[in-house]
Amino acid sequence: MATAVIETLDPKSRAASRGMSDIAIRNLFIIPTIAFLIIFNIFPLLYSLGYSFTDFRASTNAPANFVGLQNYRELLNDPFIWTNFSITAKYVIVSVTGQVVVGFGVALLLNRDIPFKGLITTLLLLPMMLSMAVVGLFWKLLYDPSFGIINHVLGLGTFEWLSNADMALYAVAITDIWMWSPFVMLLSLAGLSAVPKHLYEAAAIDRAGSLYTFFRITLPLVAPILMIAIIFRTMEAFKTFDLAYILTSQPTTEVISIRLYKMAFQEWQTGRSSALAYIVLIMILAITNIYVKYLNKVKER
Amino acid sequence: MRSKLTGMLAGIAMTLASGTAAYSQELTIFWAEWDPANYLQELANIYEAETGVKVTVETTPWSDFQTKAFTEFNAKGSAYDMVVGDSQWIGAASEAGHYVDLTEFFNKYKLNETMAPATVKYYAEYPSNSGKYWSVPAEGDAVGWSYRKDWFEDPKEMEAFKAKYGYDLAPPKTWAELRDIAEFFHRPDEKRYGIAIYTDNSYDALVMGVENAIFSYGGELGDYATYKVDGIINSEQNVKALEMYRELYGFTPPGWAKTFFAEDNQAITEGLAAMSMNYFAFFPALVNEASNPNAKGTGFFANPAGPGGEQFAALGGQGISVVSYSENKEESMKFLEWFIKDETQKKWAELGGYTANKAVLESEEFQNATPYNKAFYETMFKVKDFWATPEYAELLIQMNQRLYPYVTAGEGTAKEALDSLAADWNATFKKYNRVQQ
Repeated sequence: MATAVIETLDPKSRAASRGMSDIAIRNLFIIPTIAFLIIFNIFPLLYSLGYSFTDFRASTNAPANFVGLQNYRELLNDPFIWTNFSITAKYVIVSVTGQVVVGFGVALLLNRDIPFKGLITTLLLLPMMLSMAVVGLFWKLLYDPSFGIINHVLGLGTFEWLSNADMALYAVAITDIWMWSPFVMLLSLAGLSAVPKHLYEAAAIDRAGSLYTFFRITLPLVAPILMIAIIFRTMEAFKTFDLAYILTSQPTTEVISIRLYKMAFQEWQTGRSSALAYIVLIMILAITNIYVKYLNKVKER
Repeated sequence: MRSKLTGMLAGIAMTLASGTAAYSQELTIFWAEWDPANYLQELANIYEAETGVKVTVETTPWSDFQTKAFTEFNAKGSAYDMVVGDSQWIGAASEAGHYVDLTEFFNKYKLNETMAPATVKYYAEYPSNSGKYWSVPAEGDAVGWSYRKDWFEDPKEMEAFKAKYGYDLAPPKTWAELRDIAEFFHRPDEKRYGIAIYTDNSYDALVMGVENAIFSYGGELGDYATYKVDGIINSEQNVKALEMYRELYGFTPPGWAKTFFAEDNQAITEGLAAMSMNYFAFFPALVNEASNPNAKGTGFFANPAGPGGEQFAALGGQGISVVSYSENKEESMKFLEWFIKDETQKKWAELGGYTANKAVLESEEFQNATPYNKAFYETMFKVKDFWATPEYAELLIQMNQRLYPYVTAGEGTAKEALDSLAADWNATFKKYNRVQQ
């Protein structure tokens, strides 16, 4: 570790003059955070784990009965749930790939001296700052087959983006790409500007081609920070709810979080939905772990 | 450390406890966000002027009405004194003890004699035929149809229609005629379409739309007393009714796959469709020139009959229930006593509410008040509803899952969809020990 840990209080400081020990100060900072985490994160997490083994329904007064692994067994055998998972996987792949390609591409374009660079970067970040629900409502209008501007500009007539079962998921993904590419762009831009200039100069002296420079210098050096962007976007895309829920109600866009919402708050199957939430949690943990392992490997290079 | 934590928890508890002060002279009614809720607020203002008790009608959009109401019930919250809840909630809300038992109130004021029978049966009584009542019918509602009278009465259209189908163009009396007229007016190249129907699968829209066909075709969703579904939900009539609904979907405007009352009214106001299915509660906007440029050319008809001559419509509407966790239950009962008086019900109808009061419904005055009141009166005596069992939400989602792909994308056949639905429903009823096999 490069940073030195402060082990003792400066005897001349105000805290020391009030007679507070190091331990007291440390506790003062840490305990509220720990308490907050325990009350609002860890406790509900464990509580819902308990519920996931029962047939509890929050909408009735009936007591919760312990049913063992029944919820998990039935959920994992439910073909509708598996459809929801495969829809989610497809959505994550399309959406994250799109964001990385667009975001990184725009970052490459911006990574040079151009006039109004700051202003352009800020304007490009705007979609990210909007609320998901607002973006959903706007894009619903943009996609409208009768008066939407997208069909008008592309000359697609009355092409049904959201009512077409095969297209709807891509339409949602396009909206998500529009909204979150700036996030990938921002992180990539930070990574790109940190690449030492002398490496490019050395490559130029060696007469390396631009493709070679990109794959041998730019990409490897930006990779760690790009990986972080991908981890964030994958987790977010995996739990997408608002956009898909607002834009369309096609069964082909029912991602797992929509199914979970319906199960928990429309059907009030509290126990079963807790189990489903745990299945989703484990999946996200597993995927994130793969990425983190890869990230560490990239960093070691 | 322990004393610090205890202190903090005590502080949190104090804050929570001080937030629940009671107001004796104020009542809150929870309902969905739509015009009738505004009319109810106007009615409540009259009550305030008479008694000094302030009644507030709090609303939320339809899409999260159910979620919000049940979240409050489940938390045993006292935020709402009364709720104008959907008819299918009644099983869930009464079995869980969220609603106050109104049986005594009902019998004392003989509401089953003064209110339209269908509203008593579906808004108030649970379980069916038990003689136990949980709400006071407030907003009667059912599905009816609006149509472009000006298109129907165009001599050229009339002539062309007669030449093609062999009978006169007029508001359809049967579903077969409905289909013909939808086909006749469906002209995508002129940006005119045949028909607007419900297709949204996020709550009960699509199901209500299909119910209109099923009930008029003489079908049922199941036996509400014995929970038998196989052979009933997938009966021959129901298969035919569902096939008809799928066929009608072919004559809807483009992108008609997530539509409910707002879109169906738009179909008329934007001049998109010749006929449109909607709840009567949304018709006031169609006769108002400010909200419908085609108001003068808009007419209304009741849900047409099926091939066997049977004629029913899907029930909408709600009753008012008193919430068990309210701190003003007595005041709420007083409000209900006032609400059911004949003169209040008359006022309610005048304001735009759809009364369930038989005497008001039957009066000439009511039937001639608007172009659709007569159709409403006729419909309210032949309505049927969805399951009201506590697990209705699961049944609804299963029905959406099975029917939506068939209706909007033509996946599989109507028979397959309904057979699978029968299996899903039976499994659900087995899970809750309502049936054994």
